[in-house]
Amino acid sequence: MEYFTILYKEVYKILFLIIPILVSVALIVWFDRRVWGFVQKRRGPNVVGPFGLLQTLADALKYIFKEIIIPASANKVIFILAPIVTMTLALSAWAVIPLSDKMVISDINVGILYIFAISSLGVYGIIMGGWSSNSKYPFLGAIRSAAQMVSYEVSIGIIIINVLLCTGSLNLKDIVLAQKNLWFVVPLFPMFVIFFISALAETNRPPFDLPEAEAELVAGYQTEYSGMMYAMFWLGEYANILLMCALGTILFLGGWLSPVDIYPFNIIPGVFWMIFKILLLFFMFAIIKAIVPRYRYDQLMRLGWKIFLPFSLIYVVLTSSFLIYFDLLPNKGF
Amino acid sequence: MIAHAFFFYFFSTIAILSAIMVIVSRNTVHAVFFLILDFISIASLFIIIGAEFLGMMMIIVYVGAVAVLFLFVVMLMNVSEQTLSWFRGSKQSKHIPVGLTVGAVILLELIVVIGGWKYRDTFTETKFLNFQTDFTNTHAIGNVMYTEYIHLFQISGIILLLSMIGAIVLTYRKREGVKRQSYFKQISREREDSVKLVEVESDKGVNLDD
Repeated sequence: MEYFTILYKEVYKILFLIIPILVSVALIVWFDRRVWGFVQKRRGPNVVGPFGLLQTLADALKYIFKEIIIPASANKVIFILAPIVTMTLALSAWAVIPLSDKMVISDINVGILYIFAISSLGVYGIIMGGWSSNSKYPFLGAIRSAAQMVSYEVSIGIIIINVLLCTGSLNLKDIVLAQKNLWFVVPLFPMFVIFFISALAETNRPPFDLPEAEAELVAGYQTEYSGMMYAMFWLGEYANILLMCALGTILFLGGWLSPVDIYPFNIIPGVFWMIFKILLLFFMFAIIKAIVPRYRYDQLMRLGWKIFLPFSLIYVVLTSSFLIYFDLLPNKGF
Repeated sequence: MIAHAFFFYFFSTIAILSAIMVIVSRNTVHAVFFLILDFISIASLFIIIGAEFLGMMMIIVYVGAVAVLFLFVVMLMNVSEQTLSWFRGSKQSKHIPVGLTVGAVILLELIVVIGGWKYRDTFTETKFLNFQTDFTNTHAIGNVMYTEYIHLFQISGIILLLSMIGAIVLTYRKREGVKRQSYFKQISREREDSVKLVEVESDKGVNLDD
């Protein structure tokens, strides 16, 4: 009986996290298209609902009522599994993200490793979708994106090591609390820039959206998908982008902490700061989508392996030398 | 405790079944996907006994990097459907005796290892990694790995580096006549060394090769 009460409580908590995330994904898609429109001097979606806010809902309805077409030569099980994997992974990573002091489903010791593991699994949705479609464009897109995501994961991992050196803990709450006096964006600013660019590449956002480069690959790994399955890929992608923004907020921008610890700011609940910072990072994602042209594939690989990787490795050495020289290492007791 | 046992048997059943499916399935890509399932269930077993760091590392290293490369190779070599005779195990194949020998040796080794095990009454007593609440097992592993076993750690690093260099040496070939893009050259181009203004005299023209 005891298990059922625990189960009930957990399901309750999970629903209260997942439903707001799905709603905010819908809003964030609208926001993305709106920013994109404004940069190009268009209006963007503005017809459905106030300011076009319900545009994504209308799109979702359209996707639900469309027929799901499965190609005759496709590997059916994996073809259907691929969007499910993408979306499940994108949502499950949110379990450890602390939205504020108390608002977290699972406060585990290896939170950052969990997020890293889940985001490294994200590549499977794309590979499965691309391979099982049994068609040239999706396959090429899947191969490209697998190489891209694996390479940029390496640099994200090393950037995370930089932050961990300064906090001495893998727990996401501890990482945020370690920034009480100074956000890590100040001492680790170059790492923040590299993290941001790597996050763009990791989530296949422009200028690194080569897996779905429409001029070359039609729509990459999504070419054969239709209806709700396409929408699930899409939801998973945007949930992943939000996750990367949340991760950037936690690692560098001080999570739910208010920027200054003086009266009118520090009575605002931490959730609002967290959401505000996530939206700020997402605004940068959206702006970059609108103003930067797409990279060539060899340039992308060069950037990942020959520039970001050595630079972040050197920064690890620099950070650890600095911490040891000025005797600032956390957790000296161990 | 029932929940513990339930999840233990759940994940170990999946692990064993998927390990069998890795060998049995004809389609190589399916085999790799079953291997991934196997890795994930083993990682879950690690997490159940409280070795969360090992579990996460298992997922990051094996599933996130190694299995992706497996999939890459399998997909690029296009060996998804087995048509070769020795994969199907037909009678003329010369590979069966070799395979049987290797399999028998591994089975013998496993018998030697598993035969020497001493079983505990309950598996929960092995949760020694969580003996202190403020001492996470990340700290525990780091404390041991970078002090007592630093030499082994560095030697394994060198072995990995050597194998990486070996792979690069084996596959590297210098190709002639490939035009490469040099960013430095492109950016440091000046107007003086790329554009020349020429007064063209009437009826004489200009020789462009000068």
